[in-house]
Amino acid sequence: MSVNPELQGRVFPSVAPYLVGREKVREFSRAVFATNPINHDPEAARAAGHADVVAPPTFAVVVQEATLAQLLAEPDGGIDFTRVVHGDQRFCYLRPIVAGDELTATLAVTSIKTLGGHSMVTAESTIVDATGAHVVTAISTLVVRGDE
Amino acid sequence: MTHVLTDLTVGSVVAEASFRVTRDSLVHYAGASGDFNPIHYRDDVAQSVGLSGVLAHGMLTMGLAVQPVVDWAGDPARVVDYQVRFTRPVFVDATEGALVNVVAKVGALDFEANVARIDLVVNFNGATVLGKAQARVNLA
Repeated sequence: MSVNPELQGRVFPSVAPYLVGREKVREFSRAVFATNPINHDPEAARAAGHADVVAPPTFAVVVQEATLAQLLAEPDGGIDFTRVVHGDQRFCYLRPIVAGDELTATLAVTSIKTLGGHSMVTAESTIVDATGAHVVTAISTLVVRGDE
Repeated sequence: MTHVLTDLTVGSVVAEASFRVTRDSLVHYAGASGDFNPIHYRDDVAQSVGLSGVLAHGMLTMGLAVQPVVDWAGDPARVVDYQVRFTRPVFVDATEGALVNVVAKVGALDFEANVARIDLVVNFNGATVLGKAQARVNLA
Protein backbone atom coordinates (compact mmCIF):
# COMPACT_ATOMS: atom_id res chain seq x y z
CA MET A 1 0.00 0.00 0.00
CA SER A 2 1.34 3.44 -0.82
CA VAL A 3 0.19 6.99 -0.13
CA ASN A 4 -2.65 8.09 -2.37
CA PRO A 5 -1.37 11.01 -4.49
CA GLU A 6 -4.95 12.29 -4.75
CA LEU A 7 -4.69 13.35 -1.09
CA GLN A 8 -2.82 16.43 -2.25
CA GLY A 9 -5.11 19.44 -1.95
CA ARG A 10 -7.68 17.64 0.18
CA VAL A 11 -9.23 19.71 2.97
CA PHE A 12 -10.66 17.82 5.92
CA PRO A 13 -13.71 18.78 8.00
CA SER A 14 -12.84 20.99 10.99
CA VAL A 15 -12.38 19.07 14.22
CA ALA A 16 -14.36 19.80 17.40
CA PRO A 17 -13.28 22.99 19.17
CA TYR A 18 -10.48 22.68 21.75
CA LEU A 19 -10.86 24.78 24.91
CA VAL A 20 -7.43 25.79 26.23
CA GLY A 21 -7.42 25.36 30.00
CA ARG A 22 -5.06 27.24 32.30
CA GLU A 23 -3.98 24.07 34.10
CA LYS A 24 -3.33 22.35 30.76
CA VAL A 25 -1.06 25.21 29.75
CA ARG A 26 0.80 24.89 33.05
CA GLU A 27 1.04 21.10 32.75
CA PHE A 28 2.32 21.32 29.18
CA SER A 29 4.75 24.07 30.20
CA ARG A 30 6.21 21.88 32.96
CA ALA A 31 6.50 18.98 30.50
CA VAL A 32 8.63 21.02 28.05
CA PHE A 33 10.78 22.56 30.82
CA ALA A 34 9.18 25.99 30.32
CA THR A 35 9.81 28.04 33.45
CA ASN A 36 8.87 31.51 32.27
CA PRO A 37 6.30 33.05 34.69
CA ILE A 38 4.15 34.10 31.72
CA ASN A 39 3.52 30.38 31.07
CA HIS A 40 2.44 29.73 34.66
CA ASP A 41 1.26 32.82 36.49
CA PRO A 42 -1.86 34.70 35.31
CA GLU A 43 -0.66 37.87 37.08
CA ALA A 44 2.69 37.77 35.27
CA ALA A 45 0.87 37.12 32.00
CA ARG A 46 -1.50 40.04 32.54
CA ALA A 47 1.39 42.31 33.48
CA ALA A 48 2.90 41.45 30.10
CA GLY A 49 -0.34 42.35 28.33
CA HIS A 50 -1.90 38.91 27.89
CA ALA A 51 -5.41 37.87 28.90
CA ASP A 52 -4.16 34.77 30.75
CA VAL A 53 -1.19 32.39 30.83
CA VAL A 54 0.50 32.01 27.44
CA ALA A 55 1.10 28.55 26.00
CA PRO A 56 4.63 27.50 24.97
CA PRO A 57 5.40 27.76 21.22
CA THR A 58 4.87 24.03 20.62
CA PHE A 59 1.52 23.80 22.46
CA ALA A 60 -0.38 24.06 19.16
CA VAL A 61 0.56 20.43 18.52
CA VAL A 62 -2.02 19.43 21.13
CA VAL A 63 -4.72 21.17 19.09
CA GLN A 64 -3.30 19.92 15.79
CA GLU A 65 -3.19 16.29 16.92
CA ALA A 66 -6.87 15.52 16.19
CA THR A 67 -6.42 16.72 12.60
CA LEU A 68 -3.41 14.45 12.04
CA ALA A 69 -5.49 11.57 13.42
CA GLN A 70 -8.07 12.34 10.70
CA LEU A 71 -5.36 12.22 8.05
CA LEU A 72 -3.98 8.89 9.25
CA ALA A 73 -7.48 7.40 9.42
CA GLU A 74 -8.55 8.55 5.95
CA PRO A 75 -9.90 5.38 4.30
CA ASP A 76 -8.39 6.00 0.86
CA GLY A 77 -5.26 7.79 2.15
CA GLY A 78 -3.00 4.75 2.07
CA ILE A 79 -0.93 6.04 5.00
CA ASP A 80 0.28 3.07 7.04
CA PHE A 81 0.48 4.46 10.58
CA THR A 82 3.19 1.95 11.58
CA ARG A 83 5.50 3.32 8.85
CA VAL A 84 5.08 7.00 9.70
CA VAL A 85 7.99 9.05 11.03
CA HIS A 86 7.69 12.72 11.97
CA GLY A 87 9.99 14.57 9.55
CA ASP A 88 9.47 18.29 10.03
CA GLN A 89 7.34 20.52 12.21
CA ARG A 90 6.59 24.21 12.08
CA PHE A 91 4.32 26.64 13.88
CA CYS A 92 3.51 30.07 12.43
CA TYR A 93 1.72 32.32 14.93
CA LEU A 94 -0.43 35.35 14.21
CA ARG A 95 -0.97 35.72 17.95
CA PRO A 96 -0.05 33.57 20.96
CA ILE A 97 -2.38 30.91 22.38
CA VAL A 98 -3.63 31.88 25.84
CA ALA A 99 -5.75 30.04 28.41
CA GLY A 100 -9.43 30.53 27.65
CA ASP A 101 -9.04 30.31 23.87
CA GLU A 102 -11.47 28.06 22.07
CA LEU A 103 -9.59 26.83 19.02
CA THR A 104 -10.78 25.03 15.93
CA ALA A 105 -8.36 23.27 13.59
CA THR A 106 -8.79 22.41 9.93
CA LEU A 107 -6.30 20.26 8.06
CA ALA A 108 -5.34 20.53 4.42
CA VAL A 109 -2.83 18.30 2.64
CA THR A 110 -0.56 20.72 0.82
CA SER A 111 2.02 18.42 -0.72
CA ILE A 112 2.83 14.79 -1.40
CA LYS A 113 6.27 13.91 -2.68
CA THR A 114 7.97 10.62 -3.30
CA LEU A 115 11.67 10.31 -2.59
CA GLY A 116 13.58 7.05 -2.87
CA GLY A 117 10.57 4.86 -2.12
CA HIS A 118 9.42 7.04 0.76
CA SER A 119 6.49 9.44 0.66
CA MET A 120 6.60 12.86 2.26
CA VAL A 121 3.17 14.13 3.21
CA THR A 122 2.94 17.79 4.23
CA ALA A 123 -0.21 18.82 6.07
CA GLU A 124 -1.17 22.28 7.31
CA SER A 125 -3.61 22.67 10.17
CA THR A 126 -5.10 26.13 10.28
CA ILE A 127 -6.17 26.99 13.81
CA VAL A 128 -8.69 29.76 14.45
CA ASP A 129 -10.27 31.17 17.60
CA ALA A 130 -13.97 31.41 18.55
CA THR A 131 -14.35 34.58 16.46
CA GLY A 132 -12.86 32.83 13.43
CA ALA A 133 -9.62 34.83 13.63
CA HIS A 134 -6.50 32.98 12.56
CA VAL A 135 -4.23 32.17 15.54
CA VAL A 136 -1.61 29.74 14.28
CA THR A 137 -0.82 27.36 11.45
CA ALA A 138 0.80 24.06 12.40
CA ILE A 139 2.64 22.37 9.55
CA SER A 140 3.84 18.78 9.71
CA THR A 141 5.74 16.72 7.22
CA LEU A 142 5.26 13.02 7.78
CA VAL A 143 7.64 10.58 6.18
CA VAL A 144 5.93 7.31 5.23
CA ARG A 145 8.54 4.62 4.70
CA GLY A 146 8.07 2.49 1.62
CA ASP A 147 7.96 -1.30 1.51
CA GLU A 148 11.37 -2.83 2.16
CA MET B 1 13.77 43.69 29.33
CA THR B 2 13.45 43.73 25.58
CA HIS B 3 16.37 43.21 23.26
CA VAL B 4 16.93 45.70 20.47
CA LEU B 5 17.51 44.31 17.01
CA THR B 6 20.29 46.77 16.22
CA ASP B 7 22.27 45.50 19.24
CA LEU B 8 22.37 41.96 17.85
CA THR B 9 25.06 40.46 15.65
CA VAL B 10 24.54 37.55 13.31
CA GLY B 11 26.45 34.55 14.66
CA SER B 12 26.54 35.65 18.28
CA VAL B 13 25.29 33.26 20.96
CA VAL B 14 22.24 34.58 22.83
CA ALA B 15 21.48 31.60 25.04
CA GLU B 16 22.76 28.16 26.05
CA ALA B 17 21.18 25.48 28.18
CA SER B 18 21.34 21.79 29.03
CA PHE B 19 18.35 19.61 29.84
CA ARG B 20 18.44 16.25 31.58
CA VAL B 21 15.60 14.30 29.98
CA THR B 22 14.63 11.22 31.98
CA ARG B 23 12.02 8.49 31.58
CA ASP B 24 9.93 10.54 34.03
CA SER B 25 10.11 13.45 31.59
CA LEU B 26 8.75 11.21 28.84
CA VAL B 27 5.84 10.00 30.96
CA HIS B 28 5.07 13.59 31.89
CA TYR B 29 5.23 14.75 28.26
CA ALA B 30 3.05 11.82 27.13
CA GLY B 31 0.35 12.88 29.58
CA ALA B 32 0.61 16.57 28.86
CA SER B 33 0.59 16.17 25.07
CA GLY B 34 -1.62 13.11 24.65
CA ASP B 35 1.07 11.29 22.66
CA PHE B 36 1.01 7.79 24.16
CA ASN B 37 3.06 6.00 21.53
CA PRO B 38 4.66 3.18 23.57
CA ILE B 39 8.08 3.62 21.88
CA HIS B 40 8.41 6.52 24.33
CA TYR B 41 8.03 4.38 27.46
CA ARG B 42 8.51 0.68 26.60
CA ASP B 43 11.91 -0.67 25.58
CA ASP B 44 10.40 -3.90 24.24
CA VAL B 45 8.09 -2.02 21.88
CA ALA B 46 10.90 0.32 20.78
CA GLN B 47 13.15 -2.68 20.10
CA SER B 48 10.41 -4.46 18.14
CA VAL B 49 10.54 -1.63 15.56
CA GLY B 50 14.32 -1.69 15.31
CA LEU B 51 15.25 1.01 17.83
CA SER B 52 17.86 0.41 20.52
CA GLY B 53 15.41 1.49 23.21
CA VAL B 54 13.00 4.14 24.40
CA LEU B 55 13.44 7.51 22.71
CA ALA B 56 12.16 10.99 23.55
CA HIS B 57 9.14 12.38 21.71
CA GLY B 58 10.49 14.56 18.91
CA MET B 59 7.98 17.20 20.00
CA LEU B 60 9.45 17.15 23.52
CA THR B 61 12.92 17.85 22.14
CA MET B 62 11.45 20.59 19.94
CA GLY B 63 9.52 22.00 22.88
CA LEU B 64 12.41 22.21 25.32
CA ALA B 65 14.96 23.40 22.75
CA VAL B 66 13.14 26.71 22.29
CA GLN B 67 12.94 27.49 26.02
CA PRO B 68 16.34 29.25 26.22
CA VAL B 69 15.08 31.49 23.39
CA VAL B 70 11.83 32.19 25.26
CA ASP B 71 13.79 33.18 28.36
CA TRP B 72 16.15 35.34 26.32
CA ALA B 73 13.19 37.02 24.61
CA GLY B 74 11.43 37.46 27.97
CA ASP B 75 7.97 36.39 26.78
CA PRO B 76 6.83 33.17 25.04
CA ALA B 77 4.54 35.30 22.85
CA ARG B 78 7.57 36.81 21.12
CA VAL B 79 8.29 33.49 19.38
CA VAL B 80 6.14 33.96 16.28
CA ASP B 81 7.50 31.14 14.16
CA TYR B 82 9.36 27.98 15.09
CA GLN B 83 10.41 25.09 12.91
CA VAL B 84 12.63 22.03 13.15
CA ARG B 85 13.55 18.92 11.22
CA PHE B 86 13.85 15.72 13.23
CA THR B 87 17.16 14.19 12.16
CA ARG B 88 18.26 11.80 14.94
CA PRO B 89 16.52 10.12 17.87
CA VAL B 90 17.28 11.02 21.48
CA PHE B 91 17.58 7.71 23.31
CA VAL B 92 16.69 8.02 26.98
CA ASP B 93 18.54 5.61 29.25
CA ALA B 94 16.42 4.19 32.07
CA THR B 95 18.82 5.30 34.80
CA GLU B 96 20.97 8.07 33.28
CA GLY B 97 18.37 9.75 31.09
CA ALA B 98 19.71 11.83 28.21
CA LEU B 99 21.53 15.14 28.32
CA VAL B 100 20.32 17.50 25.57
CA ASN B 101 22.41 20.61 24.94
CA VAL B 102 21.08 23.71 23.22
CA VAL B 103 23.04 26.63 21.79
CA ALA B 104 21.01 29.51 20.36
CA LYS B 105 22.67 31.94 17.95
CA VAL B 106 21.46 34.87 15.91
CA GLY B 107 20.88 33.51 12.41
CA ALA B 108 19.47 36.53 10.61
CA LEU B 109 18.00 39.95 11.35
CA ASP B 110 14.92 41.32 9.60
CA PHE B 111 14.93 45.03 10.37
CA GLU B 112 11.75 45.73 8.42
CA ALA B 113 9.70 43.25 10.47
CA ASN B 114 11.76 43.76 13.66
CA VAL B 115 12.27 40.00 13.83
CA ALA B 116 15.42 38.10 14.79
CA ARG B 117 15.86 34.60 13.47
CA ILE B 118 17.49 32.52 16.18
CA ASP B 119 19.13 29.30 15.01
CA LEU B 120 19.37 26.40 17.44
CA VAL B 121 22.07 23.77 17.59
CA VAL B 122 20.64 20.88 19.59
CA ASN B 123 23.01 18.08 20.55
CA PHE B 124 22.68 14.73 22.22
CA ASN B 125 25.59 12.33 22.62
CA GLY B 126 27.85 14.47 20.44
CA ALA B 127 25.53 14.67 17.44
CA THR B 128 22.87 17.15 16.39
CA VAL B 129 19.32 15.83 16.69
CA LEU B 130 17.42 18.68 15.08
CA GLY B 131 18.08 20.21 11.68
CA LYS B 132 17.06 23.64 10.43
CA ALA B 133 15.91 24.51 13.94
CA GLN B 134 14.90 28.16 13.68
CA ALA B 135 12.80 30.39 15.88
CA ARG B 136 11.66 33.80 14.72
CA VAL B 137 11.46 36.24 17.59
CA ASN B 138 9.47 39.46 17.33
CA LEU B 139 11.35 42.23 19.12
CA ALA B 140 8.89 45.00 18.23
